[in-house]
Amino acid sequence: MIEFTIDGKKVKATEGEFILPVALREGFDIPTLCHHEALGSDGRCRICVVEVKRGSRKRIVTSCLYPVADGIEVSTNAPDVMLVRKSVLELLYARCPEAEVLGHLAKKYGVENVRYSKDHDKGKCILCNICIRACAEIVGVSALGFSGKGMSKKVTTPFDEPSDTCIACGACVVACPTGHIFMKDDKGVRTIWKKKFPLAQCPECSRFHAPVEQLQYISKVTNVPLETLMVCQDCR
Amino acid sequence: MDIDKKKLDTIIKKNGGERNRILAIYQDIQSEYRYLPKEAVQYVCGRLDIPLVKGFEVATFYKALSLKPKGKHSVCVCLGTACHLKGGPAILETFERELKVKRDDTTEDGMFSVDTVNCLGACALAPLVRVDGKDFGKTSPPTVKKIIKEFKHGA
Repeated sequence: MIEFTIDGKKVKATEGEFILPVALREGFDIPTLCHHEALGSDGRCRICVVEVKRGSRKRIVTSCLYPVADGIEVSTNAPDVMLVRKSVLELLYARCPEAEVLGHLAKKYGVENVRYSKDHDKGKCILCNICIRACAEIVGVSALGFSGKGMSKKVTTPFDEPSDTCIACGACVVACPTGHIFMKDDKGVRTIWKKKFPLAQCPECSRFHAPVEQLQYISKVTNVPLETLMVCQDCR
Repeated sequence: MDIDKKKLDTIIKKNGGERNRILAIYQDIQSEYRYLPKEAVQYVCGRLDIPLVKGFEVATFYKALSLKPKGKHSVCVCLGTACHLKGGPAILETFERELKVKRDDTTEDGMFSVDTVNCLGACALAPLVRVDGKDFGKTSPPTVKKIIKEFKHGA
């Protein structure tokens, strides 16, 4: 058992835990974007910064990747923390001015005027990697990845073309913290990542409930017959 | 584009068929085809059992790899600090105008591709141009025309 303090409050944690989950459990408010319950930490968005005082040394760290240690003093709202967080938000906001969640956070942390020129070709994507990890680690199909680097880095399917491996499950859409990924269900067809997928129609209630390719994939992985899966969850 | 699977198999085998050798494999393929054909990426990923998107990530990350066909002659204009000050941008512009091509692209006849680089390490020769591995130092717009002529007719 490890004991340390967050904003003066004594807290306990098990060895190997990171600061962020402990702080959230104890009710502290630390903003996050790239942290996900099911995927853990990735350290990409960097707005979860806190100040850690170890002995006489202070430093700013990303709380989602900093392991807890005995006797450290964590501050979630020291002036330096606020300054760094504000700068990070300013940069993220300049990249994605259309992302509502960044607008709210920028307002909350007092980002008034953005000093950088705004991008309008990045959509709402902050390159947090959540969609890619959800696709690879949770769904297990690896249809998404980054392409390029630097200014032209973006999330995409191989060769920017409709992917053969995508099953249109929409896990990336659910996981995305900013709402960048486009998905639309219309008249039995789901459009996602520039590809159209037919939706399965439940034979009982004739509702379109899931993409056929997703059901085929689930059937393959779980060995549940496809006919069972074609019936929607409500009618099963 | 048709790819020679036997050739790719040889390249993969030469590199031990290891996933972590993918960059070396790509480089070998590129020196064979002068670019990295999409079909080759697909084949290599299949053989190495790597998700296609991961292979695509590697292929797009490195500037040395190109998924677009490259010209017969590769023109590399240095725009590093020294070359920039000595008129590198004017050299690039001359190439673009003379060859009717934009930077990072290939001429319609497939003869030249024009790329930029941020320093070739020979700043004393600024502005520097490298064509097919051959260096041309202290270039100027008139010498650019000469260089183009040399490679067009020497080809």
